[in-house]
Amino acid sequence: MSTLTLESPSAASAQARTHAFPWLAWITFVLMALSLVAVFLYAPIEKTQGPPQKIFYFHVPLAWDAYLAFFGTLVGSIGFLRSGRQKWDVLAFSSAEIGVVFTTLVLISGSIWGKTIWGAWWVWDARLTSTLVMWFIYVAYLMLRSSMGRTARAARYAAVLGIVGFVDVPIVHMSVTWWRTLHPQPTVANPAGPTLPGDMLATFFLCLITFTVFFVYLLRERMAVEDLRQTVDSLTARALETE
Amino acid sequence: MALRSSTARVLAAEDGLADSPAAAFPAAIARTSFVGQAWALLWKDLAVELRRRELVGSVLVFSLLVLLIFEFSFDVDRAQAEALAPGVLWVTFVFAGVLSLTRSFAQERDRGTWEGLLLAPLDRGAIYVAKLLANALVMLAVEVVSLVAFIAFFDVRADWLALALSVLAGTIGFASTGTLLAAMAAGTRAREAFLPVLLLPISVPVIIGSVKSTAAAFGQPAGAYPWLGLVLAFDAIFLAVSFAVFEFVIEE
Repeated sequence: MSTLTLESPSAASAQARTHAFPWLAWITFVLMALSLVAVFLYAPIEKTQGPPQKIFYFHVPLAWDAYLAFFGTLVGSIGFLRSGRQKWDVLAFSSAEIGVVFTTLVLISGSIWGKTIWGAWWVWDARLTSTLVMWFIYVAYLMLRSSMGRTARAARYAAVLGIVGFVDVPIVHMSVTWWRTLHPQPTVANPAGPTLPGDMLATFFLCLITFTVFFVYLLRERMAVEDLRQTVDSLTARALETE
Repeated sequence: MALRSSTARVLAAEDGLADSPAAAFPAAIARTSFVGQAWALLWKDLAVELRRRELVGSVLVFSLLVLLIFEFSFDVDRAQAEALAPGVLWVTFVFAGVLSLTRSFAQERDRGTWEGLLLAPLDRGAIYVAKLLANALVMLAVEVVSLVAFIAFFDVRADWLALALSVLAGTIGFASTGTLLAAMAAGTRAREAFLPVLLLPISVPVIIGSVKSTAAAFGQPAGAYPWLGLVLAFDAIFLAVSFAVFEFVIEE
Protein backbone atom coordinates (compact mmCIF):
# COMPACT_ATOMS: atom_id res chain seq x y z
CA MET A 1 0.00 0.00 0.00
CA SER A 2 1.67 3.16 -1.13
CA THR A 3 1.12 6.39 0.76
CA LEU A 4 0.18 9.48 -1.20
CA THR A 5 3.06 11.34 -2.72
CA LEU A 6 2.82 14.79 -1.30
CA GLU A 7 2.90 17.98 -3.25
CA SER A 8 5.82 20.21 -2.26
CA PRO A 9 5.30 21.11 1.38
CA SER A 10 4.95 24.78 2.14
CA ALA A 11 4.14 25.24 5.79
CA ALA A 12 4.04 28.99 5.38
CA SER A 13 1.32 29.02 2.72
CA ALA A 14 -0.81 26.50 4.60
CA GLN A 15 -0.49 28.59 7.73
CA ALA A 16 -1.37 31.73 5.80
CA ARG A 17 -4.50 30.02 4.54
CA THR A 18 -5.63 29.03 8.03
CA HIS A 19 -5.48 32.60 9.24
CA ALA A 20 -6.59 34.31 6.06
CA PHE A 21 -10.27 33.73 6.73
CA PRO A 22 -11.20 35.22 10.08
CA TRP A 23 -13.22 37.75 8.10
CA LEU A 24 -15.35 34.88 6.83
CA ALA A 25 -15.84 33.82 10.44
CA TRP A 26 -16.93 37.36 11.31
CA ILE A 27 -19.38 37.52 8.40
CA THR A 28 -20.85 34.19 9.50
CA PHE A 29 -21.12 35.45 13.08
CA VAL A 30 -22.92 38.67 12.08
CA LEU A 31 -25.24 36.87 9.66
CA MET A 32 -26.05 34.23 12.25
CA ALA A 33 -26.95 36.93 14.79
CA LEU A 34 -29.14 38.71 12.22
CA SER A 35 -30.81 35.39 11.34
CA LEU A 36 -31.65 34.71 14.98
CA VAL A 37 -33.15 38.18 15.34
CA ALA A 38 -35.18 37.67 12.16
CA VAL A 39 -36.37 34.20 13.18
CA PHE A 40 -37.45 35.14 16.70
CA LEU A 41 -38.39 38.84 16.46
CA TYR A 42 -39.25 39.62 12.85
CA ALA A 43 -40.95 36.53 11.40
CA PRO A 44 -44.58 36.12 12.57
CA ILE A 45 -45.79 33.12 14.57
CA GLU A 46 -47.33 30.60 12.22
CA LYS A 47 -51.10 30.15 12.80
CA THR A 48 -51.57 26.38 12.86
CA GLN A 49 -48.14 25.18 14.05
CA GLY A 50 -47.28 28.00 16.47
CA PRO A 51 -43.69 28.65 17.60
CA PRO A 52 -42.34 25.16 16.71
CA GLN A 53 -42.61 26.16 13.03
CA LYS A 54 -39.51 28.31 13.61
CA ILE A 55 -37.36 25.16 13.40
CA PHE A 56 -38.09 25.39 9.67
CA TYR A 57 -35.73 28.38 9.31
CA PHE A 58 -32.77 26.26 10.43
CA HIS A 59 -33.95 22.82 9.37
CA VAL A 60 -34.23 23.55 5.64
CA PRO A 61 -30.95 25.54 5.34
CA LEU A 62 -29.19 22.68 7.18
CA ALA A 63 -30.53 20.28 4.56
CA TRP A 64 -29.40 22.70 1.83
CA ASP A 65 -25.89 22.70 3.31
CA ALA A 66 -25.84 18.91 3.46
CA TYR A 67 -26.69 18.67 -0.25
CA LEU A 68 -24.12 21.38 -1.01
CA ALA A 69 -21.49 19.43 0.92
CA PHE A 70 -22.20 16.17 -0.89
CA PHE A 71 -22.08 18.04 -4.18
CA GLY A 72 -18.64 19.27 -3.07
CA THR A 73 -17.67 15.64 -2.47
CA LEU A 74 -18.84 14.76 -5.98
CA VAL A 75 -16.82 17.59 -7.53
CA GLY A 76 -13.74 16.66 -5.48
CA SER A 77 -14.12 12.97 -6.36
CA ILE A 78 -14.42 13.57 -10.10
CA GLY A 79 -11.51 16.04 -9.96
CA PHE A 80 -9.35 13.53 -8.11
CA LEU A 81 -10.07 10.63 -10.46
CA ARG A 82 -9.40 12.83 -13.50
CA SER A 83 -6.25 14.58 -12.33
CA GLY A 84 -4.93 12.51 -9.41
CA ARG A 85 -4.18 15.79 -7.60
CA GLN A 86 -4.44 15.62 -3.88
CA LYS A 87 -6.20 18.94 -3.38
CA TRP A 88 -9.32 17.47 -5.00
CA ASP A 89 -9.23 14.59 -2.57
CA VAL A 90 -8.93 17.03 0.33
CA LEU A 91 -12.03 18.85 -0.97
CA ALA A 92 -14.00 15.59 -1.30
CA PHE A 93 -13.06 14.32 2.15
CA SER A 94 -13.55 17.63 4.00
CA SER A 95 -16.88 18.22 2.31
CA ALA A 96 -18.18 14.72 3.11
CA GLU A 97 -17.30 15.13 6.77
CA ILE A 98 -19.21 18.41 7.01
CA GLY A 99 -22.09 16.91 5.03
CA VAL A 100 -22.49 14.05 7.50
CA VAL A 101 -22.54 16.50 10.43
CA PHE A 102 -25.22 18.61 8.71
CA THR A 103 -27.29 15.57 7.74
CA THR A 104 -27.19 14.44 11.37
CA LEU A 105 -28.42 17.90 12.42
CA VAL A 106 -31.18 17.76 9.78
CA LEU A 107 -32.36 14.42 11.15
CA ILE A 108 -32.28 15.71 14.75
CA SER A 109 -33.97 19.06 14.05
CA GLY A 110 -36.55 17.31 11.86
CA SER A 111 -37.20 14.82 14.60
CA ILE A 112 -37.86 17.59 17.15
CA TRP A 113 -40.17 19.35 14.70
CA GLY A 114 -41.94 16.10 13.86
CA LYS A 115 -42.57 15.34 17.54
CA THR A 116 -44.43 18.62 18.00
CA ILE A 117 -46.34 18.56 14.69
CA TRP A 118 -46.92 14.88 13.89
CA GLY A 119 -46.68 13.68 17.49
CA ALA A 120 -43.88 11.22 16.69
CA TRP A 121 -40.09 11.46 16.73
CA TRP A 122 -39.85 9.47 13.56
CA VAL A 123 -42.20 8.45 10.78
CA TRP A 124 -41.25 6.33 7.78
CA ASP A 125 -42.12 9.10 5.39
CA ALA A 126 -40.38 9.46 2.02
CA ARG A 127 -38.17 12.44 2.78
CA LEU A 128 -37.12 11.23 6.24
CA THR A 129 -36.34 7.78 4.95
CA SER A 130 -34.32 9.00 1.98
CA THR A 131 -32.38 11.44 4.20
CA LEU A 132 -31.58 8.54 6.52
CA VAL A 133 -30.36 6.44 3.58
CA MET A 134 -28.21 9.37 2.41
CA TRP A 135 -26.74 9.60 5.92
CA PHE A 136 -25.87 5.89 5.79
CA ILE A 137 -24.18 6.24 2.39
CA TYR A 138 -21.86 9.01 3.58
CA VAL A 139 -21.24 7.42 6.97
CA ALA A 140 -20.00 4.42 4.96
CA TYR A 141 -17.79 6.87 3.03
CA LEU A 142 -16.22 8.16 6.25
CA MET A 143 -15.85 4.64 7.65
CA LEU A 144 -14.08 3.56 4.46
CA ARG A 145 -11.63 6.44 4.83
CA SER A 146 -10.97 5.91 8.51
CA SER A 147 -10.44 2.16 8.09
CA MET A 148 -8.04 2.50 5.15
CA GLY A 149 -5.91 5.36 6.42
CA ARG A 150 -4.50 8.03 4.14
CA THR A 151 -3.36 5.94 1.21
CA ALA A 152 -3.70 6.51 -2.51
CA ARG A 153 -5.98 3.51 -2.71
CA ALA A 154 -8.26 4.87 0.02
CA ALA A 155 -8.55 8.15 -1.86
CA ARG A 156 -9.49 6.34 -5.07
CA TYR A 157 -12.05 4.05 -3.41
CA ALA A 158 -13.57 7.03 -1.62
CA ALA A 159 -13.78 8.98 -4.87
CA VAL A 160 -15.65 6.10 -6.50
CA LEU A 161 -18.04 5.97 -3.55
CA GLY A 162 -18.42 9.76 -3.64
CA ILE A 163 -19.61 9.54 -7.25
CA VAL A 164 -21.80 6.43 -6.94
CA GLY A 165 -23.33 7.78 -3.72
CA PHE A 166 -24.23 11.13 -5.25
CA VAL A 167 -25.82 9.49 -8.30
CA ASP A 168 -27.72 7.23 -5.91
CA VAL A 169 -29.22 9.97 -3.70
CA PRO A 170 -31.87 11.22 -6.19
CA ILE A 171 -32.70 7.63 -7.20
CA VAL A 172 -33.18 6.69 -3.55
CA HIS A 173 -35.35 9.76 -3.15
CA MET A 174 -37.56 8.86 -6.13
CA SER A 175 -37.91 5.23 -5.15
CA VAL A 176 -38.81 6.10 -1.57
CA THR A 177 -41.28 8.78 -2.72
CA TRP A 178 -43.06 6.22 -4.88
CA TRP A 179 -42.99 3.91 -1.88
CA ARG A 180 -44.82 6.43 0.36
CA THR A 181 -45.05 10.08 1.37
CA LEU A 182 -46.32 12.20 4.30
CA HIS A 183 -43.90 15.15 4.39
CA PRO A 184 -45.24 18.66 3.62
CA GLN A 185 -44.96 19.54 -0.05
CA PRO A 186 -42.29 22.13 -0.90
CA THR A 187 -43.50 25.60 0.12
CA VAL A 188 -40.59 27.59 -1.34
CA ALA A 189 -39.39 25.74 -4.44
CA ASN A 190 -42.93 25.38 -5.77
CA PRO A 191 -43.53 25.71 -9.54
CA ALA A 192 -46.56 27.98 -8.91
CA GLY A 193 -44.41 30.41 -6.88
CA PRO A 194 -43.62 30.34 -3.14
CA THR A 195 -46.63 29.87 -0.86
CA LEU A 196 -44.94 31.40 2.20
CA PRO A 197 -45.93 34.96 3.21
CA GLY A 198 -43.35 37.67 2.43
CA ASP A 199 -41.82 38.21 5.88
CA MET A 200 -41.40 34.49 6.46
CA LEU A 201 -39.85 34.14 3.02
CA ALA A 202 -37.39 36.99 3.71
CA THR A 203 -36.36 35.36 7.01
CA PHE A 204 -35.96 32.03 5.27
CA PHE A 205 -33.70 33.42 2.55
CA LEU A 206 -31.59 35.27 5.12
CA CYS A 207 -31.09 31.97 6.96
CA LEU A 208 -30.28 30.22 3.68
CA ILE A 209 -27.56 32.77 2.88
CA THR A 210 -26.23 32.58 6.43
CA PHE A 211 -25.90 28.81 6.31
CA THR A 212 -24.32 28.88 2.86
CA VAL A 213 -21.63 31.28 4.12
CA PHE A 214 -21.27 29.14 7.24
CA PHE A 215 -20.69 26.09 5.06
CA VAL A 216 -18.04 27.83 2.95
CA TYR A 217 -16.30 28.95 6.15
CA LEU A 218 -16.32 25.44 7.64
CA LEU A 219 -15.09 23.93 4.38
CA ARG A 220 -12.14 26.36 4.10
CA GLU A 221 -11.19 25.71 7.70
CA ARG A 222 -11.45 21.94 7.35
CA MET A 223 -9.37 21.97 4.16
CA ALA A 224 -6.75 24.17 5.78
CA VAL A 225 -6.49 21.70 8.68
CA GLU A 226 -6.02 18.85 6.19
CA ASP A 227 -3.33 20.87 4.37
CA LEU A 228 -1.49 21.44 7.64
CA ARG A 229 -1.72 17.78 8.51
CA GLN A 230 -0.24 16.80 5.17
CA THR A 231 2.51 19.36 5.55
CA VAL A 232 3.37 17.89 8.95
CA ASP A 233 3.34 14.39 7.43
CA SER A 234 5.72 15.31 4.65
CA LEU A 235 8.03 17.23 7.00
CA THR A 236 8.11 14.20 9.30
CA ALA A 237 8.86 11.93 6.36
CA ARG A 238 11.67 14.22 5.23
CA ALA A 239 13.10 14.44 8.75
CA LEU A 240 13.12 10.64 8.99
CA GLU A 241 14.87 10.40 5.63
CA THR A 242 17.70 12.76 6.59
CA GLU A 243 18.26 11.07 9.94
CA MET B 1 5.38 -13.79 -14.51
CA ALA B 2 4.17 -17.23 -13.49
CA LEU B 3 0.81 -15.72 -12.64
CA ARG B 4 0.54 -13.97 -15.92
CA SER B 5 1.27 -17.04 -17.95
CA SER B 6 -1.13 -19.23 -15.95
CA THR B 7 -3.97 -16.75 -16.46
CA ALA B 8 -3.00 -16.43 -20.08
CA ARG B 9 -3.12 -20.17 -20.49
CA VAL B 10 -6.63 -20.36 -19.08
CA LEU B 11 -7.78 -17.53 -21.31
CA ALA B 12 -5.92 -18.81 -24.34
CA ALA B 13 -7.28 -22.32 -23.92
CA GLU B 14 -10.80 -20.96 -23.99
CA ASP B 15 -10.13 -19.08 -27.17
CA GLY B 16 -8.58 -22.06 -28.93
CA LEU B 17 -5.13 -20.48 -28.75
CA ALA B 18 -3.53 -23.11 -26.57
CA ASP B 19 -1.02 -24.01 -29.29
CA SER B 20 0.47 -20.51 -29.60
CA PRO B 21 4.01 -20.08 -28.33
CA ALA B 22 4.12 -18.87 -24.71
CA ALA B 23 5.49 -15.44 -25.57
CA ALA B 24 2.50 -14.70 -27.79
CA PHE B 25 -0.12 -15.23 -25.04
CA PRO B 26 -0.45 -11.66 -23.78
CA ALA B 27 -0.61 -10.34 -27.33
CA ALA B 28 -3.20 -12.96 -28.20
CA ILE B 29 -5.37 -11.89 -25.23
CA ALA B 30 -5.05 -8.26 -26.22
CA ARG B 31 -6.30 -9.12 -29.70
CA THR B 32 -9.31 -11.05 -28.32
CA SER B 33 -12.54 -9.05 -28.50
CA PHE B 34 -14.22 -7.59 -25.42
CA VAL B 35 -16.92 -10.26 -25.50
CA GLY B 36 -14.31 -12.97 -25.97
CA GLN B 37 -12.35 -11.75 -22.93
CA ALA B 38 -15.47 -11.46 -20.76
CA TRP B 39 -16.64 -14.91 -21.84
CA ALA B 40 -13.24 -16.49 -21.05
CA LEU B 41 -13.20 -14.86 -17.59
CA LEU B 42 -16.79 -15.88 -16.88
CA TRP B 43 -16.01 -19.44 -17.93
CA LYS B 44 -12.96 -19.44 -15.63
CA ASP B 45 -15.10 -18.39 -12.64
CA LEU B 46 -17.83 -20.92 -13.41
CA ALA B 47 -15.30 -23.71 -13.99
CA VAL B 48 -13.67 -22.96 -10.63
CA GLU B 49 -17.08 -22.98 -8.95
CA LEU B 50 -18.25 -26.15 -10.71
CA ARG B 51 -15.11 -28.01 -9.70
CA ARG B 52 -14.82 -26.82 -6.11
CA ARG B 53 -18.49 -26.16 -5.29
CA GLU B 54 -17.53 -24.18 -2.21
CA LEU B 55 -19.59 -21.05 -2.81
CA VAL B 56 -23.03 -22.13 -4.03
CA GLY B 57 -23.23 -24.96 -1.49
CA SER B 58 -22.50 -22.87 1.58
CA VAL B 59 -24.59 -19.89 0.47
CA LEU B 60 -27.48 -22.18 -0.37
CA VAL B 61 -27.48 -23.84 3.04
CA PHE B 62 -27.22 -20.38 4.60
CA SER B 63 -30.29 -19.11 2.75
CA LEU B 64 -32.33 -22.20 3.65
CA LEU B 65 -31.38 -21.56 7.28
CA VAL B 66 -32.59 -17.94 6.95
CA LEU B 67 -35.96 -19.30 5.79
CA LEU B 68 -36.00 -21.60 8.81
CA ILE B 69 -35.33 -18.67 11.15
CA PHE B 70 -38.14 -16.71 9.51
CA GLU B 71 -40.52 -19.56 10.23
CA PHE B 72 -39.46 -19.52 13.91
CA SER B 73 -39.61 -15.71 14.20
CA PHE B 74 -42.95 -15.12 12.51
CA ASP B 75 -44.66 -18.49 12.91
CA VAL B 76 -45.77 -18.16 9.30
CA ASP B 77 -49.00 -20.00 8.54
CA ARG B 78 -50.28 -20.61 5.05
CA ALA B 79 -52.89 -17.86 5.16
CA GLN B 80 -50.33 -15.06 5.65
CA ALA B 81 -47.50 -16.67 3.73
CA GLU B 82 -48.22 -14.73 0.53
CA ALA B 83 -48.28 -11.39 2.37
CA LEU B 84 -44.92 -12.15 4.02
CA ALA B 85 -43.35 -13.76 0.95
CA PRO B 86 -41.80 -10.65 -0.72
CA GLY B 87 -40.13 -9.51 2.51
CA VAL B 88 -38.93 -12.94 3.58
CA LEU B 89 -37.59 -13.77 0.13
CA TRP B 90 -35.72 -10.51 -0.39
CA VAL B 91 -34.15 -10.47 3.06
CA THR B 92 -32.91 -13.99 2.28
CA PHE B 93 -31.68 -13.01 -1.19
CA VAL B 94 -29.91 -9.88 0.09
CA PHE B 95 -28.08 -11.74 2.86
CA ALA B 96 -27.14 -14.58 0.53
CA GLY B 97 -26.08 -12.05 -2.11
CA VAL B 98 -23.79 -10.17 0.28
CA LEU B 99 -22.22 -13.46 1.34
CA SER B 100 -21.51 -14.67 -2.20
CA LEU B 101 -20.31 -11.26 -3.43
CA THR B 102 -17.80 -11.03 -0.59
CA ARG B 103 -16.39 -14.42 -1.47
CA SER B 104 -16.07 -13.76 -5.20
CA PHE B 105 -13.21 -11.26 -4.86
CA ALA B 106 -11.87 -12.63 -1.59
CA GLN B 107 -11.19 -15.96 -3.36
CA GLU B 108 -9.13 -14.20 -6.03
CA ARG B 109 -7.12 -12.34 -3.43
CA ASP B 110 -6.60 -15.37 -1.19
CA ARG B 111 -5.28 -17.51 -4.03
CA GLY B 112 -3.15 -14.69 -5.41
CA THR B 113 -4.88 -14.91 -8.78
CA TRP B 114 -6.05 -11.28 -8.55
CA GLU B 115 -2.63 -9.93 -9.51
CA GLY B 116 -2.62 -12.35 -12.45
CA LEU B 117 -5.90 -10.92 -13.69
CA LEU B 118 -4.61 -7.36 -13.39
CA LEU B 119 -1.31 -8.17 -15.14
CA ALA B 120 -3.05 -9.78 -18.10
CA PRO B 121 -3.66 -7.26 -20.90
CA LEU B 122 -7.41 -7.41 -20.38
CA ASP B 123 -10.01 -4.72 -20.83
CA ARG B 124 -11.01 -3.64 -17.28
CA GLY B 125 -14.63 -3.51 -18.44
CA ALA B 126 -14.44 -7.17 -19.44
CA ILE B 127 -13.34 -8.08 -15.91
CA TYR B 128 -16.34 -6.17 -14.54
CA VAL B 129 -18.83 -7.79 -16.92
CA ALA B 130 -17.48 -11.29 -16.28
CA LYS B 131 -17.49 -10.85 -12.50
CA LEU B 132 -20.98 -9.35 -12.62
CA LEU B 133 -22.34 -12.28 -14.64
CA ALA B 134 -20.60 -14.84 -12.44
CA ASN B 135 -21.98 -13.20 -9.29
CA ALA B 136 -25.48 -12.89 -10.75
CA LEU B 137 -25.45 -16.55 -11.83
CA VAL B 138 -24.34 -17.75 -8.38
CA MET B 139 -27.04 -15.58 -6.76
CA LEU B 140 -29.69 -16.84 -9.20
CA ALA B 141 -28.76 -20.47 -8.59
CA VAL B 142 -29.18 -19.95 -4.85
CA GLU B 143 -32.40 -17.95 -5.33
CA VAL B 144 -34.06 -20.56 -7.53
CA VAL B 145 -33.48 -23.30 -4.96
CA SER B 146 -34.57 -21.08 -2.04
CA LEU B 147 -37.67 -20.09 -3.97
CA VAL B 148 -38.59 -23.72 -4.64
CA ALA B 149 -38.02 -24.49 -0.95
CA PHE B 150 -40.16 -21.51 0.06
CA ILE B 151 -43.00 -22.62 -2.22
CA ALA B 152 -42.79 -26.16 -0.86
CA PHE B 153 -42.64 -25.00 2.78
CA PHE B 154 -45.52 -22.52 2.60
CA ASP B 155 -47.62 -23.66 -0.37
CA VAL B 156 -47.87 -20.20 -1.95
CA ARG B 157 -49.39 -19.30 -5.33
CA ALA B 158 -47.99 -16.60 -7.60
CA ASP B 159 -47.83 -15.31 -11.14
CA TRP B 160 -44.71 -17.36 -11.88
CA LEU B 161 -43.52 -15.38 -14.90
CA ALA B 162 -43.82 -12.04 -13.07
CA LEU B 163 -42.07 -13.58 -10.05
CA ALA B 164 -39.20 -14.90 -12.20
CA LEU B 165 -38.77 -11.52 -13.90
CA SER B 166 -38.82 -9.66 -10.55
CA VAL B 167 -36.16 -11.93 -9.10
CA LEU B 168 -34.04 -11.67 -12.25
CA ALA B 169 -34.27 -7.87 -12.48
CA GLY B 170 -33.61 -7.40 -8.76
CA THR B 171 -30.62 -9.75 -8.83
CA ILE B 172 -29.01 -7.92 -11.76
CA GLY B 173 -29.46 -4.57 -10.01
CA PHE B 174 -28.09 -5.87 -6.72
CA ALA B 175 -25.14 -7.60 -8.40
CA SER B 176 -24.26 -4.54 -10.54
CA THR B 177 -23.32 -2.26 -7.64
CA GLY B 178 -22.49 -5.34 -5.56
CA THR B 179 -19.68 -6.35 -7.92
CA LEU B 180 -18.19 -2.85 -7.88
CA LEU B 181 -18.36 -2.50 -4.09
CA ALA B 182 -17.22 -6.07 -3.42
CA ALA B 183 -14.07 -5.36 -5.44
CA MET B 184 -13.63 -2.33 -3.20
CA ALA B 185 -14.40 -4.15 0.06
CA ALA B 186 -11.89 -6.89 -0.84
CA GLY B 187 -9.18 -4.22 -0.76
CA THR B 188 -9.99 -3.13 2.81
CA ARG B 189 -8.84 -4.82 5.97
CA ALA B 190 -12.27 -5.77 7.35
CA ARG B 191 -13.74 -6.91 4.04
CA GLU B 192 -16.51 -9.22 5.30
CA ALA B 193 -17.84 -6.51 7.59
CA PHE B 194 -17.48 -3.75 5.06
CA LEU B 195 -19.49 -4.91 2.07
CA PRO B 196 -22.98 -4.67 3.65
CA VAL B 197 -22.18 -1.21 5.04
CA LEU B 198 -21.28 0.02 1.55
CA LEU B 199 -23.79 -1.96 -0.47
CA LEU B 200 -27.09 -1.93 1.43
CA PRO B 201 -27.76 1.84 1.47
CA ILE B 202 -26.72 2.17 -2.19
CA SER B 203 -29.05 -0.69 -3.17
CA VAL B 204 -32.15 0.74 -1.46
CA PRO B 205 -33.91 1.63 -4.75
CA VAL B 206 -33.42 -1.86 -6.18
CA ILE B 207 -34.51 -3.50 -2.93
CA ILE B 208 -37.70 -1.38 -2.67
CA GLY B 209 -38.56 -1.97 -6.34
CA SER B 210 -37.90 -5.71 -6.18
CA VAL B 211 -39.93 -6.20 -3.00
CA LYS B 212 -42.84 -4.30 -4.55
CA SER B 213 -42.74 -6.10 -7.89
CA THR B 214 -42.43 -9.43 -6.07
CA ALA B 215 -45.45 -8.45 -3.96
CA ALA B 216 -47.38 -7.73 -7.16
CA ALA B 217 -46.40 -11.19 -8.47
CA PHE B 218 -47.88 -12.72 -5.31
CA GLY B 219 -51.11 -10.77 -5.89
CA GLN B 220 -50.42 -8.40 -2.97
CA PRO B 221 -51.15 -4.64 -3.10
CA ALA B 222 -48.02 -2.87 -4.40
CA GLY B 223 -49.22 0.62 -5.33
CA ALA B 224 -49.88 2.05 -8.74
CA TYR B 225 -46.30 2.18 -10.02
CA PRO B 226 -44.88 -0.20 -12.65
CA TRP B 227 -42.25 -1.53 -10.25
CA LEU B 228 -40.71 -4.09 -12.57
CA GLY B 229 -40.02 -1.38 -15.16
CA LEU B 230 -38.58 0.89 -12.47
CA VAL B 231 -36.23 -1.86 -11.28
CA LEU B 232 -35.05 -2.32 -14.85
CA ALA B 233 -34.41 1.43 -15.09
CA PHE B 234 -32.43 1.35 -11.81
CA ASP B 235 -30.49 -1.63 -13.19
CA ALA B 236 -29.53 0.36 -16.29
CA ILE B 237 -28.31 3.35 -14.24
CA PHE B 238 -26.37 1.23 -11.73
CA LEU B 239 -24.81 -0.85 -14.51
CA ALA B 240 -23.68 2.22 -16.45
CA VAL B 241 -22.19 4.00 -13.41
CA SER B 242 -20.49 0.89 -12.01
CA PHE B 243 -19.05 -0.02 -15.41
CA ALA B 244 -17.68 3.52 -15.81
CA VAL B 245 -15.87 3.67 -12.44
CA PHE B 246 -14.80 0.01 -12.04
CA GLU B 247 -11.31 0.60 -13.47
CA PHE B 248 -10.51 3.02 -10.61
CA VAL B 249 -11.33 0.36 -8.03
CA ILE B 250 -9.04 -2.32 -9.41
CA GLU B 251 -6.05 -0.12 -10.23
CA GLU B 252 -3.17 -0.95 -7.88
